Amino acid sequence: MMNLKQYKNSLGKLQSLIALFILCIVFGLLSDKFFTVANGLNVMRQISVNICIAVGMTLIILTAGIDLSVGSILALCGAITAGLLKNGIAIASANLFIGFTILGAILAGILIGALLGFFNGFVITKFKVPPFVATLAMLTIARGLTMLYTNGFPISSFSSSFTFIGGGWWFGLPVPVWVAAVVVVAAIIVTKKIKLGRYIYAIGGNENAAKLSGININRVKIIVYTIAGALAALGGIIVTARLDSAQPNAGASYELDAIAAVVIGGTSLSGGRGSIWGTVLGALIIGVLNNGLVLLDVSPFWQQVVKGGVILLAVIIDKMNTKSE
Amino acid sequence: MLTTENITKKFPGVIALENVNLQIDAGKVTAIIGENGAGKSTLMKILSGVYTDYEGQIFFKDKPVHFSGTAAAQDAGIAIIHQELNLIPYLSITENIFLGSELLNAFGLLDKKRMQAKAEELLNTLCVTVHPSTLVADLKVGQQQMIEIAKALLLDADLIIMDEPTSAITEAEVETLFKVINQLRQQGKAIVYISHKLNELFKIADNYIVLRDGKTIESGAMQTMTHDELIRKMVGRDVKQMQKEFSNADSTELLRLDKICLRQKHKADKLHNISFTVNEGEIVGIFGLMGAGRTELLETTFGLHPAASSGSIFINGKNISINKPADAVKAGIVLLPEDRKKDGLVLGMEVKKNISLPCLEAVETMGFLNDKKEIVLAKKHIQQLGIKTPDEKQITKNLSGGNQQKIVLAKWLERNPKILLLDEPTRGIDVNAKNEMYKLMQELVGKGMGIIMVSSELTEVLTVSNRILVMAEGKITAEISATEATEDNVLKAAIAVN
Repeated sequence: MMNLKQYKNSLGKLQSLIALFILCIVFGLLSDKFFTVANGLNVMRQISVNICIAVGMTLIILTAGIDLSVGSILALCGAITAGLLKNGIAIASANLFIGFTILGAILAGILIGALLGFFNGFVITKFKVPPFVATLAMLTIARGLTMLYTNGFPISSFSSSFTFIGGGWWFGLPVPVWVAAVVVVAAIIVTKKIKLGRYIYAIGGNENAAKLSGININRVKIIVYTIAGALAALGGIIVTARLDSAQPNAGASYELDAIAAVVIGGTSLSGGRGSIWGTVLGALIIGVLNNGLVLLDVSPFWQQVVKGGVILLAVIIDKMNTKSE
Repeated sequence: MLTTENITKKFPGVIALENVNLQIDAGKVTAIIGENGAGKSTLMKILSGVYTDYEGQIFFKDKPVHFSGTAAAQDAGIAIIHQELNLIPYLSITENIFLGSELLNAFGLLDKKRMQAKAEELLNTLCVTVHPSTLVADLKVGQQQMIEIAKALLLDADLIIMDEPTSAITEAEVETLFKVINQLRQQGKAIVYISHKLNELFKIADNYIVLRDGKTIESGAMQTMTHDELIRKMVGRDVKQMQKEFSNADSTELLRLDKICLRQKHKADKLHNISFTVNEGEIVGIFGLMGAGRTELLETTFGLHPAASSGSIFINGKNISINKPADAVKAGIVLLPEDRKKDGLVLGMEVKKNISLPCLEAVETMGFLNDKKEIVLAKKHIQQLGIKTPDEKQITKNLSGGNQQKIVLAKWLERNPKILLLDEPTRGIDVNAKNEMYKLMQELVGKGMGIIMVSSELTEVLTVSNRILVMAEGKITAEISATEATEDNVLKAAIAVN
């Protein structure tokens, strides 16, 4: 009896992997361009930004929260990094000019992202604003700030050492893939190996019990939203470097792709259940699906329909599994 | 009214019910008695149509029935009052009572007048003195329980199942409930009554059915039974009632509360100038009726109402400022909340993770959680407290109430707290587990801890406490030593106000 249950449990964990496997086989059979090294690397490069964002989103969703602002934070921080690189900070009245190195501009961008995330967490915990509403407001605020900062125009063309972050190669893999890998490994350690991770699961599982166990739940939530903001900024920097341009409308609806990856990966929107590893698989499934449909020349309109269907299917299967337990 | 033939219900890995045969008569109150896990709830869920796949046959009003769901059972005339409250907080009393069976007027719109009138009538029979348009969220737990009962009455069912209907209501409300049950009995309805409170059963029940390990052990007329006999049948062996024995408490002051107040908007203080001490090795029992402020006192001490409260807390003579639970825990005060499922445990987490949650520092190696240390810690407490679980990786949800309560206790013990705040520590757990809990409490105070125990069971307060504080309307109305305390003087102090 126990064996059967264990078997079923591990099957539940493997189901996204199996789905990914089946998708790959189907696309491989339908298109001879699918199973090539170049295409594989292409898919990985494409999903690396989504993985960065979705990892932060996973942490938030595990606490039973949500963050709709990551797409806008991505755009703002990408633009700020680009602006600092290009123009620095010039204050004419004081005759002051501060130039930025690449590292400096990147750190400043990530810091701004972290600050915006911190602000989300602060509003949510201090004023008890529901995460959906607080981050919806931030979505608009950050997009508006991006427009103000850029005047609505892209900021383009940087040195090759900066674009390396988006388009370069290192040890046979695209640089963004390395960045995403580091983010994923760090997040797995956070969720599985340190106190913060345990608290995240406990808060999502039962916030009252976590609070009465003496856990400072507000602090944990603020940390989680701050991390998500910083990771969105990181995504923004990769996107900017990849395109050699910071677009004011970058990252629009990226939050939905991130949430989709988290959900397809089996993390429960009500919190307390799920994993980073699942999210990586979820992002891979979305990435492979996008790529395969493009290779098969499916119309982009149909691609959206299919993606939506897959999200629904993933959640329905997940619900059926948890019900039978 | 209802008989069953060889009802068997299997869950993966366990047989919850095995060949259960029982008979429930019209015009009688039948008590179903059994320890937690004996199969009472499963049986009730089958009778009320929650579980639809089972073996065996149910006969209701002499006809074989197999309900396809709860609605079918209701239509046939079976109503159930669940142990957990199933009300919708932001709907009014009337809307809750009529949920799913709304009355319509000639235009097919909701007939609010008629519903309001009927709701008022039901509230009157139950002696609930609030307007039917009050939101359920604004009611006390006891009143909410009465609304559940009103819902069942509305259905005018022939068989009413009551699962622990008195677990959250005051003695006065229990009396009202018994009056209503008597009326129903005279109308020829059948009542199935489930309760851990044996004294109640002797007062209200005509017949009893004892379940043990999913089997019917015995049934008969309540009159022929004695208290001890019943316990023996339930447990399958003799259980000694907890003896009143005191490890004479030290006179070293451990905790002192000074003028604790808890303010409420537009109302009298929820707590007013509460001052008392707890000595090392002492169990202080707090008794009071529903709404007396007992739970709020524990919560305030634990730092859950920092903005609205005032007063000072001293531990070992030192003034401690407590603004959040984390401060209290750090100072050595821990709380076992009244509702362990809602506030005490992360039910979806493994047993070991619940135990280690407040003391993760103890299982860290260089800032990383150490799985081996965590397992050792969990196993230690599982063994010490005698927690019955297949292993430490079991999901907490799957354990019985008594074992869950022990986990809530276990999770604090690693921190070596000085003061335990226990809010209804034995609510909803069976006699055996209760006695074990009392024994654990004695052991802990033996080590010098202090315990403040809130309970609405008078006998429990009387047996366990060294000293009893009685609360009414947010004030302490009496302090009675264990030797002088009787049911009489404690109850009087709880009721006497002004």
